[in-house]
Amino acid sequence: MCLAVPGKIVSIEDRDGTLMSVVDFGGIKKDVCLEYIPDAEVGQYVVVHVGFALQRLDEESAMRTLAEFEHLGVLKEEFTDGFELAAQQSGLDNPNARPDVAAETAAMTNGSTEVKP
Amino acid sequence: MPEPPAEAGTTIDMEAWVCPAPLRDSPNIVMGHGGGGAMSAELIEHLFLPAFGPAADAGMGDSAVLEVGNVRLAFSTDSFVVKPLVFPGGTIGDLAVNGTVNDLAMAGARPVVLSTAFILEEGTPLDELAHVAHALGTAAMAAGVKLVTGDTKVVDAGHGDGVYINTAGIGLIDERADIRPQRATEGDVVIVSGDIGVHGVAVMSCRAGLEFGTTVASDTAPLHGLVAAMIDTGADIHVLRDPTRGGVAATLNEIAKTAGVGISLDERTFPIPAEVRDACGLLGLDPLYVANEGKLLAFVPPADAERVLIAMQAHPLGAHATVIGRCVAEHPGMVSAKTALGGTRVVDLPIGEQLPRIC
Amino acid sequence: MKYLDEFSDPQLARHLVDEIKAATSQRWSIMEVCGGQTHSIIRHGIDQLLPDTIEMIHGPGCPVCVTPLEIIDKALEIASRPDVIFCSFGDMLRVPGSEKDLFQVKSRGGDVRVVYSPLDALKIAKENPAKQVVFFGIGFETTAPANAMTVYQAKRLGIENFSLLVSHVLVPPAISAIMESPTCRVQAFLAAGHVCTVMGTEEYPPLCDKYNVPIVVTGFEPLDILEGIRRTVLQLESGRHELENAYPRAVQVEGNSAAKAMLLDVFEVTDRAWRGIGMIPSSGWRLSYAYRDYDAEYRFSVTDIHTEESAVCRSGEVLQGLIKPHECEAFGTLCTPRNPLGATMVSSEGACAAYYLYRRLEVAHA
Repeated sequence: MCLAVPGKIVSIEDRDGTLMSVVDFGGIKKDVCLEYIPDAEVGQYVVVHVGFALQRLDEESAMRTLAEFEHLGVLKEEFTDGFELAAQQSGLDNPNARPDVAAETAAMTNGSTEVKP
Repeated sequence: MPEPPAEAGTTIDMEAWVCPAPLRDSPNIVMGHGGGGAMSAELIEHLFLPAFGPAADAGMGDSAVLEVGNVRLAFSTDSFVVKPLVFPGGTIGDLAVNGTVNDLAMAGARPVVLSTAFILEEGTPLDELAHVAHALGTAAMAAGVKLVTGDTKVVDAGHGDGVYINTAGIGLIDERADIRPQRATEGDVVIVSGDIGVHGVAVMSCRAGLEFGTTVASDTAPLHGLVAAMIDTGADIHVLRDPTRGGVAATLNEIAKTAGVGISLDERTFPIPAEVRDACGLLGLDPLYVANEGKLLAFVPPADAERVLIAMQAHPLGAHATVIGRCVAEHPGMVSAKTALGGTRVVDLPIGEQLPRIC
Repeated sequence: MKYLDEFSDPQLARHLVDEIKAATSQRWSIMEVCGGQTHSIIRHGIDQLLPDTIEMIHGPGCPVCVTPLEIIDKALEIASRPDVIFCSFGDMLRVPGSEKDLFQVKSRGGDVRVVYSPLDALKIAKENPAKQVVFFGIGFETTAPANAMTVYQAKRLGIENFSLLVSHVLVPPAISAIMESPTCRVQAFLAAGHVCTVMGTEEYPPLCDKYNVPIVVTGFEPLDILEGIRRTVLQLESGRHELENAYPRAVQVEGNSAAKAMLLDVFEVTDRAWRGIGMIPSSGWRLSYAYRDYDAEYRFSVTDIHTEESAVCRSGEVLQGLIKPHECEAFGTLCTPRNPLGATMVSSEGACAAYYLYRRLEVAHA
């Protein structure tokens, strides 16, 4: 239900009495109907579903949300037990350690056993 | 496989199909049969091969290998029905040459000659046809193949999308090469020669009803030079395949099934350009299922992998060559992938055509 | 894509998973309403990362899956007519009707076309004045504004050869129906983010109170889903049952008022039989009286529909979260995406298809 993606308005025009726009989704440009956000401006981000802009994307809110997620990680590192942190960093016995992509690729190329995270 | 019928053209025994009592099976061809996925495979295995009877000799590769004296020849054919005829980065003419050249290259062959057969729709503008033919000739020059024979037919207006092309080609197989899907072996490293999903996005971007503005241009290219560079390393290349219709997913599934190995991929390694990812995101498609043209997948024993990779990266058509996975003993016949988040998913054979979705 | 890719960051995902693990002290069953959320969870392996004590129950938020069989059969009948160009979203093409699907209608000569937007169908109508162009207007509240605007434009511009075959379904009545079911195990909901983008969040607090369930409006990227689950778990652990918005970048309390005004004009509430679930009162939208002339159900009086579901298919139980797809006897054998018995196996946002496509390795089928 709801494959809606965020894109940036690059131009706005009236077509047959309908407010239309061209929206840029990171390089892909598509025609999008703006009738539901009539006061949208070029340069703003909107959420688009089946060729219609449904809502403005609140950029500040997006950045705040991402910052909150990062803050969770920072808190974890600051207040976590040192041993646990070391275990995480060494990748031993901890399912949450960040896998080392380069090491795994090398392992695959040399045919040695897979590096388990 | 069911017994071939006593006479050609008798009723096909649908009950004998491997898929148990299909409830929705259609007595007609549907678009999905041409998608390069499970339906296409089934059509070949359960209709064409039994109907051809004892005359059929199918090795399930892209090319047939013929032994003529002490020379091994590769022989392949492909038909091109792309719509529109002209798209960013190429035309149906380029595909017609490179498609068959690449099928030959995937057998380790240097392509020598091509035939070209045209089926033209009445009413097609001549300058459009000339444009396509010119592109075809230019692509043939670039690939170093001669166009030696051909045919032209015209069908009534309303049948056929302007121009359909079939090309068949013959190539000389390098004596060092023994490249067949059956050779995929546990431990083999899977390498892709470059960015994936490019051709499909380029073509989709001008399909009526789906138009979107993008700078993605088709990656159609002849690969035999790249293959020669790979063979020249002296490596024992097991499998080569170009992931066209159905994408990387279809090709890997076919190889896994043919060789009876499992394939394990790492999603984080897939070389997907941002624009391809975005276009697929917009339409709800998975880049693994999107068609590629000037790209190949190689299965190489682990001891040879590094030198093959280096040779590929040194060649203009392999600059972004990347290891994306390896063959494993687990889940033979199936392809799995580790997701970016650390989970595991199956990469299934696509069923039919990939359709854009709203959900 | 900006504001999309960042919400898939694996490192941040790990932080959120750790938070969820730290917060969870007992078993919880959470339903994600939207099929797009189900797809994201299974595709990225989010459920594999969660602690075993959290069960994600896959909800009925897949419009492909719940479009009534009778309407599918009507669509197939209309699409088969020689003077009709039948336009549809790609999702609907392989949904099985009583006997066939739109793909097969196309193979028998029907003019069936996939479009990205309903406005494309209107364009086809303008370009083919001698044909009847019908658009299959399915979806939840997210898609309704697009369909509404299209038929509004058709009427305004007098494009009389265009009509809409409508089958919209609504989320809040579905939540009620699920909670009213005697076998319901759902303790909390992740509400559908993009439905709320349109409708806002005002319909949900009364449901929270009535059924004592937390409802957290959640997006679709991995981080959005994990955040939705995290906030849900925190509520469950502390005994709260409130409406929370975990998707503030795209959802406001009041939703989109211009869209809601259009919806009020173009549609009216109706009872709807959800495929596999049954009749849910006041759970759908149909075209209002003012737009009757553009209603395909009236324009093409399709009679003689005898619907027949597969006797073996258990889509309904999957849609209500009563069983998991692999618990159905037909899963993977009689019923596969290649030969679907029911709609939940057709497209990847249906739970059955998601399990089949992505999970066959772990799901051992007896």
